[in-house]
Amino acid sequence: MKVTPQELVEHALATTTSDGCVVILSTTTSTNLRWANNTLTTNGVMHHATVTVVATKGPASKATAGVVTGSAAAFEQITDLVESADAAAAAAGPAEDAQPLATGDADAAWNQPPGTTTVSVFDSFAPALGEAFGRARDAKRVLYGYVEHEVTTTYLGSSTGLRLRHEQPTGHVGITGKSADLTRSAWVGQATRDFGDVDALELDDELARRLGWAARSVDLPAGRYETLLPPTAVADLMVYLYWSSSARDAFDGRSVFSRPGGGTRVGDSLSPQDLRLYSDPALAGLECSPFVLAPQSTSELSVFDNGLPVSETDWIRGGELSSLLQTRHSAELTSLPVTPAIDNLALSVTPGQGSVDDMVARTERGLLLTCLWYIREVDPQTLLLTGLTRDGVYLVENGEVTGAVNNFRFNESPVDLLGRFTDAGATVPTISREWGDYFPRTAMPTLRVPDFNMSSVSQAS
Amino acid sequence: MASTHPIDPAFTSLPLRRLADAALQRAKDFSVEHADFRLERIRTQDISLRDAALQGASDHEQLGFAVRVVLDGTWGFASTDVLNKESAVRAAEEAVRVAQIARPINSERIELAPEPVHDDRTWVSAYEVDPFTIPLADKVALLAQWSEDLLRHPVVAHVTAGLRQVFENKYYADSAGTVTTQQRVRLYPVLEAFGVDEASGRFDSMRTIAPPVGRGWEYLTGAGWDWQRELAELPGHLAEKLKAPSVEPGTYDLVVDPSNLWLTIHESIGHATELDRALGYEANYAGTSFATLDKLGTLKYGSPALQVTGDRTVEHGLATIGYDDEGTQTQRWDLVSDGVLVGYQLDRRMAPMLGLERSNGCAFADSPGHIPIQRMANVSIKPAESDVSTEDLISHVERGIYVVGDKSWSIDMQRYNFQFTGQRFFAIENGRLAGQLRDVAYQATTTDFWGSMEAVGGPDTWVLGGAFNCGKAQPGQVAPVSHGCPAALFRDIRILNTATESGR
Repeated sequence: MKVTPQELVEHALATTTSDGCVVILSTTTSTNLRWANNTLTTNGVMHHATVTVVATKGPASKATAGVVTGSAAAFEQITDLVESADAAAAAAGPAEDAQPLATGDADAAWNQPPGTTTVSVFDSFAPALGEAFGRARDAKRVLYGYVEHEVTTTYLGSSTGLRLRHEQPTGHVGITGKSADLTRSAWVGQATRDFGDVDALELDDELARRLGWAARSVDLPAGRYETLLPPTAVADLMVYLYWSSSARDAFDGRSVFSRPGGGTRVGDSLSPQDLRLYSDPALAGLECSPFVLAPQSTSELSVFDNGLPVSETDWIRGGELSSLLQTRHSAELTSLPVTPAIDNLALSVTPGQGSVDDMVARTERGLLLTCLWYIREVDPQTLLLTGLTRDGVYLVENGEVTGAVNNFRFNESPVDLLGRFTDAGATVPTISREWGDYFPRTAMPTLRVPDFNMSSVSQAS
Repeated sequence: MASTHPIDPAFTSLPLRRLADAALQRAKDFSVEHADFRLERIRTQDISLRDAALQGASDHEQLGFAVRVVLDGTWGFASTDVLNKESAVRAAEEAVRVAQIARPINSERIELAPEPVHDDRTWVSAYEVDPFTIPLADKVALLAQWSEDLLRHPVVAHVTAGLRQVFENKYYADSAGTVTTQQRVRLYPVLEAFGVDEASGRFDSMRTIAPPVGRGWEYLTGAGWDWQRELAELPGHLAEKLKAPSVEPGTYDLVVDPSNLWLTIHESIGHATELDRALGYEANYAGTSFATLDKLGTLKYGSPALQVTGDRTVEHGLATIGYDDEGTQTQRWDLVSDGVLVGYQLDRRMAPMLGLERSNGCAFADSPGHIPIQRMANVSIKPAESDVSTEDLISHVERGIYVVGDKSWSIDMQRYNFQFTGQRFFAIENGRLAGQLRDVAYQATTTDFWGSMEAVGGPDTWVLGGAFNCGKAQPGQVAPVSHGCPAALFRDIRILNTATESGR
């Protein structure tokens, strides 16, 4: 008889000899297709179950923690992991982030079996993709891309009574289209929960439209340009900003959100615009875990906070920095509310209106980007990031796209950009090209930046 | 050098052969052209300290297997972590099913380069002490001691310390009869000191430049690195950096230390000579390469001083192993000779596309749950034969910058335009070091940069650097890789001031 995840969690909690224990068991099934040069390259179906055992010893204020993660397919494996975690907790010194474990009851969904996916999720996408390959060959386009669907069900049980379950479907598609001579390149991408809303032929149409824009090419030098950042490029930058929002790092004086002389910049105005950067586990279409899942302690996560409920949180409100990523430990240090990280991110601007096309229509002369790539931090003090434009930079003149421009390397800070943008579109679901594989749940508007810093020209095409 | 350690008995006592036989036999029932079975156990331990206090310690073990088939010229792949015979049979069936679904949209027949059968070979990396045998408390105590030593210096406001250790076992068997069992150990200790310049309110940091290595615990106790010296010098370097003048942007000659140059090699040569990138397989993700197949044998990659090899054999290298993830024995070969592109990194699927009869052994999967793809060998630059020191190189520079340690890195999707920063930058004036500069980034186009390399240092300047976290492919895979290089001298490189770039 097959062992259920719930039985494995209960077994772990019954086995531990430590004072406290949290067990996080995740079962994942995922499936993917990858293609290049109008043909399939790799593919796969994967199953795995992972369990993290957090054992704690001693009084809450001076507790130690032992944290062990491993594959969880059988009772014996769980027993070994719990014994290792118990031993690690006994051997460890006091944990800096020690707090009482979160308490609570079993949620209604606890007894439900894990969700799964299979390669059949692509039953309508795969034939459509085959048709798109044929169309692309006929039209001298070359397609490259990837689709993935994954369902992870997480069971969190604690010695303090918590029995929580979260089922997370995650999917995305990204397609790069190139002209046959490889001198023109375009990209489209989309996040999805179930592939019911992904149309391969529609995506191919959009690639054809964009490659058509590139029929005329224009060389432009490095410099500062009025630039439209579409939602995916805004996500590229905002996800990095979000990941750089550790309260602990800010408090220790080593991030853009550190107040010179000490403390954090919470309360500072970052933008004259009425903008809101926020996360909400219940955000429609971007639903994510409503409780903390912390498989290890870091600057932004504490294993002691596992199971703590999270709810709608404003990181920036009315242009003002309002919260940072907190553990209960860092919240005490900074005397700020406990606002743990949440697995989605949205930016909205009042009154942001219109799509990318609408924003193009109200542009006299500027650049329209597709997405950004290879984004890395150059200076944490200003959160200066470098990176490149990728798969399509378009010239907009008198409200229309009139050609494609060479790629650029940029040096810009997303914090500065929030203070400088002059116009925004409506917020729509999007996926970051650079970070979407790891942080797929985002909603962003198009932003107009009057003076985006293109530092040098890249020959990549 | 082969290690003296045996393969961990806890790994060899798993039903490796039994599961492999069940899976391969089931695949053969479907008349596959090729099938392979790979079972892996990867143990990882991460320790992090903040201001000498334990921030987190976690152990992670991944155990599972994968079946890969070629059926009617199409790949099929499936993996699971349930280790029993039924599961092995099911995984083979699932891989076959995936190949069947994929077949109608595959128009390029998969053909694998032949490889001699390696029957029941074992290989173990070169290390002395398995870090997993050292008690956690002892490891934390050492890192805490080092952190406290740094914190005693008045310039150091905060210290972070981290140690990642990996113990990796791979068992591979294929339908041709190759069976390999391997074991590798690697670790990466790192400390970073943070300080604030009271006058300006500016903060900065200085990180150790000790590379991640394919060694055991002995690396922290003296083998391969002088930790006492590096840690003793770190606060002084940080203090000088905080007071350093901001660089004047412009064109400078650079002497680049191996602790920085390894990453430039990685990004601008290592990735650019991956044949899967040149063929477009990564066009939707990691990107392609300007070094396309039609340029093989003619592309002037750099100056005649540039000699680059790929290898998966160098002792203590992070990409070093005996056999790759499709049973190919690992090798060493030339990628760039006298400045000209002469080779690529390959797997068995791509070797025939290059007209080669054999792969050079670059297939790698980062976990039992991922399909092997072509990943980077240790891509390294040869030193000069003569005894040229770093000081000799610096003495040939009138106005320049000496670059030490890696920090920020970024390169475009075809590996042309790159920008790097570093841990510390020293002005060079009339052949001598003249104090640190700050806010420095160097930016160049790959072939211009390597074309401007006037000279390389001798064997004494050669250091094997590297990284644990090279990312590629979808689903994302992370690979460890080393890069050896001497110090090198470059002429007329564009230097940016990063404070100016941010508009300040």
